Amino acid sequence: MTERDVAVFAIRLGDDALVLGQRLTEWCGRGPFLEEDLALSNTALDYIGRARFLYQFAGSITGESEDRLAYTRDVRAFSNHLIYELPRGDFAFTMVRQFVIDAFMVPYLEALSASTCADLAAIAAKAVKESRYHLRRSAEWVVRLGDGTAESRQRVTQALTDVSGYIDELFEMDALESDLHARGVAVDRVSLRPLWQRTVAATIAEANLPEIGTGWAVRGGREGIHTEHLGFLLAEMQFMQRAYPGSTW
Amino acid sequence: MSAEQSHHMPLFEVFVRSKRGLDHKHVGSLHAEDHRQALEYARDVYTRRSEGASIWVVKSSDIVASQESEAESFYDPMDDKPYRHATYYELPDEVSNM
Repeated sequence: MTERDVAVFAIRLGDDALVLGQRLTEWCGRGPFLEEDLALSNTALDYIGRARFLYQFAGSITGESEDRLAYTRDVRAFSNHLIYELPRGDFAFTMVRQFVIDAFMVPYLEALSASTCADLAAIAAKAVKESRYHLRRSAEWVVRLGDGTAESRQRVTQALTDVSGYIDELFEMDALESDLHARGVAVDRVSLRPLWQRTVAATIAEANLPEIGTGWAVRGGREGIHTEHLGFLLAEMQFMQRAYPGSTW
Repeated sequence: MSAEQSHHMPLFEVFVRSKRGLDHKHVGSLHAEDHRQALEYARDVYTRRSEGASIWVVKSSDIVASQESEAESFYDPMDDKPYRHATYYELPDEVSNM
Protein backbone atom coordinates (compact mmCIF):
# COMPACT_ATOMS: atom_id res chain seq x y z
CA MET A 1 0.00 0.00 0.00
CA THR A 2 1.20 3.43 -0.81
CA GLU A 3 0.09 6.79 0.46
CA ARG A 4 -1.06 7.36 -3.10
CA ASP A 5 -3.67 4.58 -2.71
CA VAL A 6 -5.07 6.28 0.37
CA ALA A 7 -5.39 9.50 -1.62
CA VAL A 8 -7.19 7.69 -4.46
CA PHE A 9 -9.54 6.18 -1.89
CA ALA A 10 -10.25 9.56 -0.31
CA ILE A 11 -10.91 11.07 -3.75
CA ARG A 12 -13.40 8.28 -4.50
CA LEU A 13 -15.35 9.06 -1.34
CA GLY A 14 -14.99 12.77 -2.06
CA ASP A 15 -16.41 12.30 -5.56
CA ASP A 16 -19.39 10.38 -4.16
CA ALA A 17 -20.05 13.22 -1.73
CA LEU A 18 -19.50 16.10 -4.15
CA VAL A 19 -21.66 14.69 -6.92
CA LEU A 20 -24.57 13.91 -4.60
CA GLY A 21 -24.16 17.28 -2.91
CA GLN A 22 -24.33 19.01 -6.29
CA ARG A 23 -27.45 17.01 -7.23
CA LEU A 24 -29.13 18.02 -3.98
CA THR A 25 -28.31 21.70 -4.46
CA GLU A 26 -30.50 21.56 -7.57
CA TRP A 27 -33.46 21.58 -5.18
CA CYS A 28 -32.38 24.86 -3.62
CA GLY A 29 -35.20 27.29 -4.29
CA ARG A 30 -37.27 24.54 -5.93
CA GLY A 31 -38.25 22.50 -2.87
CA PRO A 32 -41.91 21.54 -2.48
CA PHE A 33 -42.22 24.02 0.38
CA LEU A 34 -39.93 26.33 2.29
CA GLU A 35 -39.16 24.03 5.22
CA GLU A 36 -38.25 21.10 3.00
CA ASP A 37 -36.25 23.36 0.71
CA LEU A 38 -34.07 24.35 3.66
CA ALA A 39 -33.79 20.80 4.94
CA LEU A 40 -32.65 19.52 1.53
CA SER A 41 -30.17 22.37 1.17
CA ASN A 42 -28.76 21.52 4.60
CA THR A 43 -28.24 17.95 3.43
CA ALA A 44 -26.55 19.20 0.26
CA LEU A 45 -24.20 21.34 2.33
CA ASP A 46 -23.37 18.38 4.56
CA TYR A 47 -22.25 16.45 1.49
CA ILE A 48 -20.29 19.29 -0.04
CA GLY A 49 -18.57 19.88 3.28
CA ARG A 50 -17.70 16.19 3.40
CA ALA A 51 -16.26 16.35 -0.11
CA ARG A 52 -14.06 19.28 0.89
CA PHE A 53 -12.61 17.43 3.90
CA LEU A 54 -11.89 14.37 1.78
CA TYR A 55 -10.32 16.35 -1.08
CA GLN A 56 -8.23 18.40 1.34
CA PHE A 57 -6.97 15.22 2.95
CA ALA A 58 -6.20 13.67 -0.46
CA GLY A 59 -4.52 16.93 -1.45
CA SER A 60 -2.31 16.77 1.63
CA ILE A 61 -0.84 13.60 0.06
CA THR A 62 -0.84 14.49 -3.64
CA GLY A 63 -0.37 18.23 -3.42
CA GLU A 64 -3.51 18.96 -5.44
CA SER A 65 -5.96 21.61 -4.33
CA GLU A 66 -9.58 20.77 -3.56
CA ASP A 67 -10.65 23.23 -6.25
CA ARG A 68 -8.57 21.49 -8.88
CA LEU A 69 -10.10 18.16 -7.93
CA ALA A 70 -13.64 19.50 -8.02
CA TYR A 71 -13.54 21.92 -10.92
CA THR A 72 -10.96 20.85 -13.49
CA ARG A 73 -11.28 17.09 -13.82
CA ASP A 74 -13.34 15.71 -16.70
CA VAL A 75 -15.97 12.99 -16.50
CA ARG A 76 -13.61 10.07 -16.94
CA ALA A 77 -11.49 11.23 -14.01
CA PHE A 78 -14.46 11.22 -11.60
CA SER A 79 -14.71 7.99 -9.65
CA ASN A 80 -18.09 8.31 -7.91
CA HIS A 81 -20.57 5.45 -7.96
CA LEU A 82 -23.32 5.89 -10.53
CA ILE A 83 -26.17 6.17 -8.02
CA TYR A 84 -24.89 9.57 -6.85
CA GLU A 85 -24.97 11.14 -10.33
CA LEU A 86 -28.48 10.11 -11.39
CA PRO A 87 -30.68 13.14 -12.12
CA ARG A 88 -32.68 14.36 -9.17
CA GLY A 89 -35.93 13.26 -10.86
CA ASP A 90 -39.08 14.05 -8.92
CA PHE A 91 -39.18 14.49 -5.16
CA ALA A 92 -39.96 10.79 -4.67
CA PHE A 93 -36.86 9.76 -6.60
CA THR A 94 -34.65 12.20 -4.73
CA MET A 95 -35.88 10.84 -1.40
CA VAL A 96 -35.74 7.17 -2.36
CA ARG A 97 -32.20 7.52 -3.71
CA GLN A 98 -31.28 9.40 -0.54
CA PHE A 99 -32.79 6.70 1.62
CA VAL A 100 -30.91 3.92 -0.20
CA ILE A 101 -27.67 5.88 0.25
CA ASP A 102 -28.32 6.91 3.87
CA ALA A 103 -29.06 3.34 4.87
CA PHE A 104 -25.68 2.41 3.39
CA MET A 105 -23.81 5.48 4.59
CA VAL A 106 -24.57 5.14 8.30
CA PRO A 107 -22.95 1.71 8.81
CA TYR A 108 -20.23 2.56 6.28
CA LEU A 109 -19.18 5.70 8.13
CA GLU A 110 -19.48 3.96 11.49
CA ALA A 111 -16.99 1.39 10.24
CA LEU A 112 -14.76 4.00 8.62
CA SER A 113 -14.60 5.99 11.86
CA ALA A 114 -12.56 3.04 13.20
CA SER A 115 -10.08 3.34 10.31
CA THR A 116 -6.38 3.14 11.12
CA CYS A 117 -6.02 6.31 9.04
CA ALA A 118 -6.66 9.00 11.66
CA ASP A 119 -7.76 11.65 9.12
CA LEU A 120 -10.33 9.40 7.46
CA ALA A 121 -11.55 8.22 10.86
CA ALA A 122 -12.08 11.82 12.00
CA ILE A 123 -13.92 12.78 8.81
CA ALA A 124 -16.16 9.71 9.12
CA ALA A 125 -16.88 10.34 12.80
CA LYS A 126 -18.11 13.83 11.96
CA ALA A 127 -20.06 12.74 8.88
CA VAL A 128 -21.86 9.83 10.51
CA LYS A 129 -23.77 12.20 12.79
CA GLU A 130 -25.07 14.02 9.73
CA SER A 131 -25.96 10.78 7.97
CA ARG A 132 -27.93 9.48 10.95
CA TYR A 133 -30.11 12.56 10.69
CA HIS A 134 -30.36 12.21 6.89
CA LEU A 135 -31.52 8.62 7.34
CA ARG A 136 -34.15 9.62 9.86
CA ARG A 137 -35.53 12.15 7.36
CA SER A 138 -35.34 10.06 4.20
CA ALA A 139 -36.82 6.96 5.86
CA GLU A 140 -39.73 9.04 7.10
CA TRP A 141 -40.33 10.45 3.65
CA VAL A 142 -40.34 6.98 2.11
CA VAL A 143 -43.02 5.97 4.62
CA ARG A 144 -45.01 9.19 4.11
CA LEU A 145 -44.96 8.86 0.34
CA GLY A 146 -45.49 5.10 0.29
CA ASP A 147 -48.36 5.33 2.72
CA GLY A 148 -49.69 8.61 1.32
CA THR A 149 -51.86 9.22 -1.74
CA ALA A 150 -52.27 6.96 -4.77
CA GLU A 151 -49.97 9.27 -6.74
CA SER A 152 -47.23 9.50 -4.11
CA ARG A 153 -47.31 5.73 -3.77
CA GLN A 154 -47.04 5.26 -7.52
CA ARG A 155 -44.12 7.69 -7.71
CA VAL A 156 -42.17 6.15 -4.85
CA THR A 157 -42.74 2.67 -6.26
CA GLN A 158 -41.40 3.85 -9.62
CA ALA A 159 -38.41 5.42 -7.88
CA LEU A 160 -37.58 2.15 -6.14
CA THR A 161 -37.64 0.40 -9.51
CA ASP A 162 -35.51 3.08 -11.16
CA VAL A 163 -32.82 3.06 -8.46
CA SER A 164 -32.66 -0.70 -7.96
CA GLY A 165 -30.00 -1.40 -10.60
CA TYR A 166 -27.57 1.10 -9.08
CA ILE A 167 -27.45 -0.49 -5.63
CA ASP A 168 -25.07 -3.41 -6.20
CA GLU A 169 -22.21 -1.07 -7.05
CA LEU A 170 -22.32 0.39 -3.51
CA PHE A 171 -21.27 -2.99 -2.14
CA GLU A 172 -18.50 -3.73 -4.64
CA MET A 173 -14.87 -4.10 -3.61
CA ASP A 174 -11.92 -3.84 -5.95
CA ALA A 175 -8.21 -4.56 -5.49
CA LEU A 176 -7.46 -1.11 -4.11
CA GLU A 177 -10.19 -1.05 -1.48
CA SER A 178 -9.60 -4.71 -0.54
CA ASP A 179 -5.94 -3.95 0.00
CA LEU A 180 -6.74 -0.86 2.06
CA HIS A 181 -9.29 -2.84 4.04
CA ALA A 182 -6.71 -5.51 4.82
CA ARG A 183 -4.61 -2.73 6.29
CA GLY A 184 -7.47 -1.36 8.35
CA VAL A 185 -7.82 1.83 6.32
CA ALA A 186 -10.92 1.13 4.22
CA VAL A 187 -14.21 -0.63 4.95
CA ASP A 188 -15.40 -3.99 3.65
CA ARG A 189 -18.48 -2.93 1.70
CA VAL A 190 -19.68 -6.50 1.14
CA SER A 191 -20.09 -7.12 4.87
CA LEU A 192 -22.47 -4.15 5.19
CA ARG A 193 -25.10 -5.52 2.86
CA PRO A 194 -27.13 -7.60 5.36
CA LEU A 195 -27.43 -4.62 7.70
CA TRP A 196 -28.41 -2.36 4.80
CA GLN A 197 -30.97 -4.94 3.72
CA ARG A 198 -32.55 -5.00 7.18
CA THR A 199 -32.76 -1.20 7.42
CA VAL A 200 -34.32 -0.91 3.99
CA ALA A 201 -36.70 -3.84 4.41
CA ALA A 202 -38.05 -2.46 7.69
CA THR A 203 -38.87 0.93 6.17
CA ILE A 204 -40.25 -0.55 2.95
CA ALA A 205 -42.56 -2.78 5.01
CA GLU A 206 -43.69 0.16 7.15
CA ALA A 207 -44.48 2.08 3.97
CA ASN A 208 -46.45 -0.85 2.57
CA LEU A 209 -44.26 -0.82 -0.51
CA PRO A 210 -43.11 -3.78 -2.59
CA GLU A 211 -39.57 -5.03 -2.00
CA ILE A 212 -36.84 -3.50 -4.10
CA GLY A 213 -36.54 -5.65 -7.19
CA THR A 214 -33.30 -7.16 -8.38
CA GLY A 215 -32.43 -8.49 -11.77
CA TRP A 216 -30.42 -5.75 -13.40
CA ALA A 217 -27.38 -3.86 -12.28
CA VAL A 218 -24.97 -1.43 -13.86
CA ARG A 219 -21.52 -0.46 -12.68
CA GLY A 220 -18.41 1.39 -13.71
CA GLY A 221 -18.22 4.62 -11.72
CA ARG A 222 -14.97 3.77 -9.95
CA GLU A 223 -13.27 3.26 -13.33
CA GLY A 224 -14.69 6.50 -14.69
CA ILE A 225 -17.35 4.84 -16.84
CA HIS A 226 -20.37 6.99 -16.09
CA THR A 227 -23.95 7.49 -17.15
CA GLU A 228 -24.65 10.23 -19.68
CA HIS A 229 -25.85 12.43 -16.81
CA LEU A 230 -22.57 13.20 -15.08
CA GLY A 231 -21.17 15.26 -17.97
CA PHE A 232 -24.10 17.67 -17.78
CA LEU A 233 -23.74 17.97 -14.01
CA LEU A 234 -20.04 18.81 -14.37
CA ALA A 235 -20.70 21.23 -17.23
CA GLU A 236 -22.89 23.28 -14.91
CA MET A 237 -20.80 22.85 -11.77
CA GLN A 238 -17.47 23.58 -13.47
CA PHE A 239 -18.61 26.33 -15.82
CA MET A 240 -16.97 29.25 -14.02
CA GLN A 241 -13.54 27.60 -13.71
CA ARG A 242 -13.73 26.38 -17.30
CA ALA A 243 -14.68 29.78 -18.71
CA TYR A 244 -12.49 31.84 -16.39
CA PRO A 245 -9.63 29.57 -15.29
CA GLY A 246 -8.23 30.44 -11.90
CA SER A 247 -10.91 33.01 -11.16
CA THR A 248 -11.59 33.63 -7.49
CA TRP A 249 -13.97 35.68 -5.37
CA MET B 1 -61.42 28.84 -0.01
CA SER B 2 -61.86 26.01 2.47
CA ALA B 3 -60.76 23.50 -0.18
CA GLU B 4 -57.63 25.52 -0.74
CA GLN B 5 -56.94 25.85 2.95
CA SER B 6 -57.11 22.11 3.41
CA HIS B 7 -53.96 21.84 1.26
CA HIS B 8 -51.99 23.77 3.83
CA MET B 9 -50.16 21.77 6.41
CA PRO B 10 -50.79 22.67 10.06
CA LEU B 11 -48.83 25.53 11.56
CA PHE B 12 -46.50 24.89 14.48
CA GLU B 13 -44.87 27.29 16.91
CA VAL B 14 -41.23 26.61 17.65
CA PHE B 15 -39.47 27.17 20.97
CA VAL B 16 -35.71 26.74 21.24
CA ARG B 17 -33.59 26.55 24.36
CA SER B 18 -30.12 27.65 23.49
CA LYS B 19 -28.29 26.54 26.63
CA ARG B 20 -28.84 24.31 29.58
CA GLY B 21 -30.41 26.29 32.39
CA LEU B 22 -32.03 28.91 30.16
CA ASP B 23 -35.69 29.01 29.18
CA HIS B 24 -37.15 27.92 25.88
CA LYS B 25 -37.77 30.99 23.74
CA HIS B 26 -40.30 31.39 20.97
CA VAL B 27 -38.32 31.68 17.73
CA GLY B 28 -40.98 31.46 15.04
CA SER B 29 -43.34 29.11 13.30
CA LEU B 30 -43.36 26.63 10.45
CA HIS B 31 -45.62 24.29 8.52
CA ALA B 32 -45.36 20.53 8.91
CA GLU B 33 -47.50 17.46 8.51
CA ASP B 34 -47.19 16.35 12.14
CA HIS B 35 -45.23 16.92 15.35
CA ARG B 36 -42.33 14.68 14.41
CA GLN B 37 -41.81 16.41 11.08
CA ALA B 38 -42.24 19.80 12.76
CA LEU B 39 -39.40 18.95 15.13
CA GLU B 40 -37.12 18.04 12.23
CA TYR B 41 -37.96 21.16 10.26
CA ALA B 42 -37.43 23.23 13.40
CA ARG B 43 -33.95 21.73 13.56
CA ASP B 44 -33.32 22.60 9.92
CA VAL B 45 -34.91 26.05 9.91
CA TYR B 46 -34.10 27.47 13.34
CA THR B 47 -30.91 25.79 14.60
CA ARG B 48 -28.67 26.07 11.54
CA ARG B 49 -26.05 28.02 13.46
CA SER B 50 -26.12 25.71 16.46
CA GLU B 51 -28.52 27.91 18.40
CA GLY B 52 -30.24 25.01 20.05
CA ALA B 53 -29.87 22.53 22.87
CA SER B 54 -33.55 21.62 23.03
CA ILE B 55 -36.57 22.25 20.81
CA TRP B 56 -40.27 22.31 21.61
CA VAL B 57 -42.94 22.41 18.92
CA VAL B 58 -46.61 22.93 19.56
CA LYS B 59 -49.51 23.23 17.17
CA SER B 60 -50.39 26.91 16.85
CA SER B 61 -54.05 25.99 17.11
CA ASP B 62 -53.38 24.46 20.53
CA ILE B 63 -52.21 27.76 21.95
CA VAL B 64 -54.87 29.63 23.87
CA ALA B 65 -54.03 33.32 23.88
CA SER B 66 -55.42 36.24 25.84
CA GLN B 67 -57.28 38.81 23.77
CA GLU B 68 -56.43 42.48 23.36
CA SER B 69 -60.09 43.28 24.04
CA GLU B 70 -59.84 41.65 27.43
CA ALA B 71 -56.91 43.78 28.54
CA GLU B 72 -59.16 45.98 30.68
CA SER B 73 -60.39 43.19 32.88
CA PHE B 74 -57.16 41.22 32.69
CA TYR B 75 -54.49 43.77 33.55
CA ASP B 76 -55.92 47.13 34.61
CA PRO B 77 -56.94 45.96 38.11
CA MET B 78 -53.25 45.40 38.86
CA ASP B 79 -52.41 49.07 38.26
CA ASP B 80 -53.78 50.33 41.59
CA LYS B 81 -52.12 47.74 43.78
CA PRO B 82 -48.65 49.18 44.22
CA TYR B 83 -48.14 47.13 47.38
CA ARG B 84 -47.62 44.13 45.13
CA HIS B 85 -44.31 45.65 44.07
CA ALA B 86 -41.25 45.39 46.28
CA THR B 87 -40.49 49.06 45.59
CA TYR B 88 -43.64 50.04 47.56
CA TYR B 89 -41.96 49.19 50.85
CA GLU B 90 -39.43 51.39 52.56
CA LEU B 91 -36.39 49.50 53.66
CA PRO B 92 -35.24 49.95 57.27
CA ASP B 93 -31.69 51.35 57.32
CA GLU B 94 -30.48 48.22 59.06
CA VAL B 95 -31.10 46.26 55.90
CA SER B 96 -28.16 47.48 53.93
CA ASN B 97 -28.02 45.05 51.08
CA MET B 98 -31.20 44.24 49.21
